[in-house]
Amino acid sequence: MIGGLFIYNHKGEVLISRVYRDDIGYVSMEQSFGWKMRNAVDAFRVNVIHARQQVRSPVTNIARTSFFHVKRSNIWLAAVTKQNVNAAMVFEFLYKMCDVMTAYFGKISEENIKNNFVLIYELLDEILDFGYPQNSETGALKTFITQQGIKGQTKEEQSQITSQVTGQIGWRREGIKYRRNELFLDVLESVNLLMSPQGQVLSAHVSGRVVMKSYLSGMPECKFGMNDKIVIDKQGKGAASDDAGKSGKQSIAIDDCTFHQCVRLSKFDSERSISFIPPDGEYELMRYRTTKDIILPFRVIPLVREVGRTKLEVKVVIKSNFKPSLLAQKIEVRIPTPLNTSGVQVICMKGKAKYKASENAIVWKIKRMAGMKESQISAEIELLPTNDKKKWARPPISMNFEVPFAPSGLKVRYLKVFESKLNYSDHDVIKWVRYIGRSGIYETRC
Amino acid sequence: MMCDFLFSLVCTGEIFELKAELNSDKKEKKKEAVKKVIASMTVGKDVSALFPDVVNCMQTDNLELKKLVYLYLMNYAKSQPDMAIMAVNTFVKDCEDPNPLIRALAVRTMGCIRVDKITEYLCEPLRKCLKDEDPYVRKTAAVCVAKLHDINAQLVEDQGFLDTLKDLISDSNPMVVANAVAALSEIAESHPNSNLLDLNPQTINKLLTALNECTEWGQIFILDCLANYTPRDDRESQSICERVTPRLSHANSAVVLSAVKVLMKFMEMLPKDLDYYGTLLKKLAPPLVTLLSAEPELQYVALRNINLIVQRRPEILKHEMKVFFVKYNDPIYVKLEKLDIMIRLASQANIAQVLAELKEYATEVDVDFVRKAVRAIGRCAIKVEQSAERCVSTLLDLIQTKVNYVVQEAIVVIKDIFRKYPNKYESVIATLCENLDSLDEPEARAAMIWIVGEYAERIDNADELLESFLEGFHDESTQVQLQLLTAIVKLFLKKPTETQELVQQVLSLATQDSDNPDLRDRGYIYWRLLSTDPVAAKEVVLAEKPLISEETDLIEPTLLEELICHIGTLASVYHKPPSAFVEGSRGVQHKRLPGSAGSGESVESPDTGSAAGVSEAPPAVIPSQGDLLGDLLNLDLTPPTTTGPPPPASSGMQMGAMDLLGGGLDSLMGTGFGAPPAAMPASFNVPVSGGLDDLFDLGGGVGMPMGVFNPPKTVWLPAMKAKGLEISGTFVRRAGVIQMEMTLTNKAMSVMTDFAIQFNRNSFGLAPAGPLQVLTPLSPNQSIEAALPLSTVGPVMKMEPLNNLQVAVKNNIDVFYFSCQYPISMLFAEDGKMERQVFLATWKDIPNDNESQFQIKDCHLNSDAASNKLQGSNIFTIAKRTVEGQDMLYQSMKLTNGIWVLAELRVQAGNPNYTISLKCRAPEVSQCVFQNYEMVLKN
Repeated sequence: MIGGLFIYNHKGEVLISRVYRDDIGYVSMEQSFGWKMRNAVDAFRVNVIHARQQVRSPVTNIARTSFFHVKRSNIWLAAVTKQNVNAAMVFEFLYKMCDVMTAYFGKISEENIKNNFVLIYELLDEILDFGYPQNSETGALKTFITQQGIKGQTKEEQSQITSQVTGQIGWRREGIKYRRNELFLDVLESVNLLMSPQGQVLSAHVSGRVVMKSYLSGMPECKFGMNDKIVIDKQGKGAASDDAGKSGKQSIAIDDCTFHQCVRLSKFDSERSISFIPPDGEYELMRYRTTKDIILPFRVIPLVREVGRTKLEVKVVIKSNFKPSLLAQKIEVRIPTPLNTSGVQVICMKGKAKYKASENAIVWKIKRMAGMKESQISAEIELLPTNDKKKWARPPISMNFEVPFAPSGLKVRYLKVFESKLNYSDHDVIKWVRYIGRSGIYETRC
Repeated sequence: MMCDFLFSLVCTGEIFELKAELNSDKKEKKKEAVKKVIASMTVGKDVSALFPDVVNCMQTDNLELKKLVYLYLMNYAKSQPDMAIMAVNTFVKDCEDPNPLIRALAVRTMGCIRVDKITEYLCEPLRKCLKDEDPYVRKTAAVCVAKLHDINAQLVEDQGFLDTLKDLISDSNPMVVANAVAALSEIAESHPNSNLLDLNPQTINKLLTALNECTEWGQIFILDCLANYTPRDDRESQSICERVTPRLSHANSAVVLSAVKVLMKFMEMLPKDLDYYGTLLKKLAPPLVTLLSAEPELQYVALRNINLIVQRRPEILKHEMKVFFVKYNDPIYVKLEKLDIMIRLASQANIAQVLAELKEYATEVDVDFVRKAVRAIGRCAIKVEQSAERCVSTLLDLIQTKVNYVVQEAIVVIKDIFRKYPNKYESVIATLCENLDSLDEPEARAAMIWIVGEYAERIDNADELLESFLEGFHDESTQVQLQLLTAIVKLFLKKPTETQELVQQVLSLATQDSDNPDLRDRGYIYWRLLSTDPVAAKEVVLAEKPLISEETDLIEPTLLEELICHIGTLASVYHKPPSAFVEGSRGVQHKRLPGSAGSGESVESPDTGSAAGVSEAPPAVIPSQGDLLGDLLNLDLTPPTTTGPPPPASSGMQMGAMDLLGGGLDSLMGTGFGAPPAAMPASFNVPVSGGLDDLFDLGGGVGMPMGVFNPPKTVWLPAMKAKGLEISGTFVRRAGVIQMEMTLTNKAMSVMTDFAIQFNRNSFGLAPAGPLQVLTPLSPNQSIEAALPLSTVGPVMKMEPLNNLQVAVKNNIDVFYFSCQYPISMLFAEDGKMERQVFLATWKDIPNDNESQFQIKDCHLNSDAASNKLQGSNIFTIAKRTVEGQDMLYQSMKLTNGIWVLAELRVQAGNPNYTISLKCRAPEVSQCVFQNYEMVLKN
């Protein structure tokens, strides 16, 4: 299991160090904090943080000690072990640790970590015991790790805390009350594309998330439904045939999905129904991935022509491919230029385009664009003559945008709320649903 | 900023200030002071002097302050054990506190204080906490048992905590169950043979129920534990799989991977004609693909695992090629792994797409990645015959880019393509020759020279080309020199008339002007062959070459099976068995997949589906330079001694040994083995299958009494110096047999075979007691463990230092030399315990001039522990005397050549420096013996 956890700043100075096991080469404080552990700490600094080349692996083995690291802005989190630990678990834990810290004090920065080091130690004591991750749900943690002291709790409160931390529904506490029962569902999708210069789709997929903000009283039992092909087909068989014909068109095939731990997985596996008791506040209910029948909101048509050795002509057309009534926003097209570019002249029909020498790219921005429209940019790139034999790698043209629909075609059919003990019904809950499609890695080779 | 202040503090003066603040009456001030102490502890400053003052703050009802003090305690208690006792009372009291959070905190912290005296006091509170009414306390106590076991295993057993822990598996609270499982699994790892985790259908059922209810981490513990269970039959196997599959939809990737591990393992038991088997295969693909949309670090872990899964069961992901396409912004470690998997999945159906992608990658920036992409194109050509032509033309396009490393890499792979499809693509040779000047890497130069030599008859100016290389012959690396020698001899055999001068030149360069014995030997062989029988020479040198295998870089099947059992863990990331990187007893057990029971098929052959030729690799692999040569070299290696050990067993003998290892062991002694009979058969060879492995484990268990210290393996021969062969090793003594344990790793691109080993004469006559047993050819990137039993009857020559050993290792590529030093304790005989009287007499008898005295610094063992540790290395304590708080240990040891060494070890309580006096009739050994003491005591 995890033998120790260290947090470093960008210089490699240790901000937090918590040792769980002696085997990571450290036997208590001999003199001055044990030189052996210092060795482990230093080894990581020298070999990873100060290494000249970029990181070649997130897992490093130095002197039979394994270091797992993740980086958040310029802070390094490293978990250290000498055993054959579950590597996926260690990384999941490090991410979770970042989430917990963010939930407690915001951005993970050197200053925030220094200001909250007592809190971090307290958290590390709670969520990692002898290197084994324990309950790390922020909702539960915040009930008893508060930095205000937990004096004056009654016995009932105490046992409520412990049963929540260890219980089956560790993510929600009892006795939550809202005057207005409300919930927000965001369907957030990122659509990824890799297209060949000829317009052939090399790979495309949508990775989506359903994020829920719930402000519901009591322990509500929820059921979530969407236009999942498998469910609809199943229902279609039983119901009238005309219904099946109608819904069959609108249903989508989900390749795979994963759920927040509140969802009853065995029930999903057997009936494909998504039922759960939600955490309070914001959380991610599910993630999914689709590859079939994706609506690609934009098509990029590049044309690059080399005119002699010192000039390059680029023409890029973008076409929007969705209902004319909808508007795409924050559109940005990034056209890479060679390293030896000396000057660029751009003409575009719409929006603003600029050559950014520091980024080696022409950046073309359009604030808004309706569906079924087309726009074009052309540029002349002057090149410095070089004797560099190596050809320019021609990185792909990438694109960013935001559209108000789900490119996968996913639709929320219902979200039902049942709370038998309190007297509010599904009808009393105010529900909001929003769809946002964003570009993930949306690239066209040129 | 106050905290910057906190972090910058603590000079000696400030310690006093802190002391005052800690003893302040005001609570707030106290708390701030403790915070400052913790802050300076974090940045590595020594605040141990404040121990009593901090501990005084422990008695408080402020939980936050209490936690801070505990944190301090955990860090410093070990250096101040006596002071730490002061804290015990508070702990014991806290374990009775009405607040469960405080009870748990106390028991959690106590387990982290690794001071013997404290552990004694821990037992009673722990017993209570394990049966506490509050689940939070119970789950904490469960982990505490594992902590205590780590400090004092015996105590845990004596106190019956293990039984209590087993009872917790039936606890009503899922988190308690999960932690109990985690603790038991860990404890079971250090007792491989105990039936601690007694997994039976009832407990499995309990675990599966808890699985649905506990936290994500708990699910991981449970799944990892389930993976160790072997179901009784296929029905049980299926029912477990059915209950585990829902976990594949969990948001936590580690839960998914652990579930995949369980399924991959239990699937082995399902009959293949079962419908469920197919369903399961289908269910596995989507979650694996989904893992690729996780954060990059997790993607990396997932990809390393997918690499294993694809080798074991290619059918799962065969349609998912596209998801492994590299994205421009992927971190380099993700790119390299994806590329690897792409090649494994390449087939006739998708080769066009794959090639288009690879060509794209070959223009990227990162040199390693580009090289790998080019190499991948070559591998595609070899794997999918239909694509060979397109691959070759792609490679030619790439050569036209003139990017130096692309060209070189392309030439190396084109050489392999020529090998695979002779007489098909020779038209490209002209293009290759144009790039001769730009080649500066040995591998590429050697490849080019091979091509020129192989097709000498079609290249008009072959002699000129080779001659141009010959000019700088001595500056070339051995690889290039050897290749050049062979190429010119080939050329001569093909065009004898024009090239006589050239061949003479190269032969004299190789035989007369070279220091490299391998090159010289090969030169002489060619010379003699050519001068005695040119026809035979032609047959030998221009012999038809065996085919090369389609798949390279495959993991050896037994290792692959073991790694499949470790999916999700570090072993699967490193692609090494845990024993390769975990110290001590943990993880030494080799896991293996269960055999399929259902359809009468015995153990399913490891090459399912398309990955044919995976298992018994030898016939398909290149023994590049021809076996004859290897044998000749073999002869040369035998030392010209008469008193030496029996010569290395002939190949017939080796075959015999191989049979033995495969079949019954009992006939071993009957084969007239040249080795001394003391050599334990089980320890002969590690990477073999079946029962032998078990035997080996057993052997390890029996031969290792407490506290034997075996130095960890160190690298003896770096790959750089040995054409890609890396040897790391160590020496062990088990049940009277000295063994050299080596890990041979092939870091080159070609297969290595024909290993043999010889020692130079050395101080104690160490010599191999049998041939080096490396039975399977060593494929690229593969490692193999070899254990070589040693005898001490070899020729003797005094070395400097005394324990120096010079070794020569040969394989099909070359002969390599290295030297290593063995710990002298390898030579300490088991019967080295002297009679008291004899000891006294001998001590007096040896002149005082022969006595040498040494200091061992920074050793924190008491005299008993030291004595125990040393006994493990056959250093026997004969008597112990205590004078004025100083323990004097009188010890003796006997070297294999009959030399006795007597020692007096002085240990003073509280003083980490020991004094040792050594007396011996051969005082030269004293230095070595002292070093050995130091090594044993400090590890």
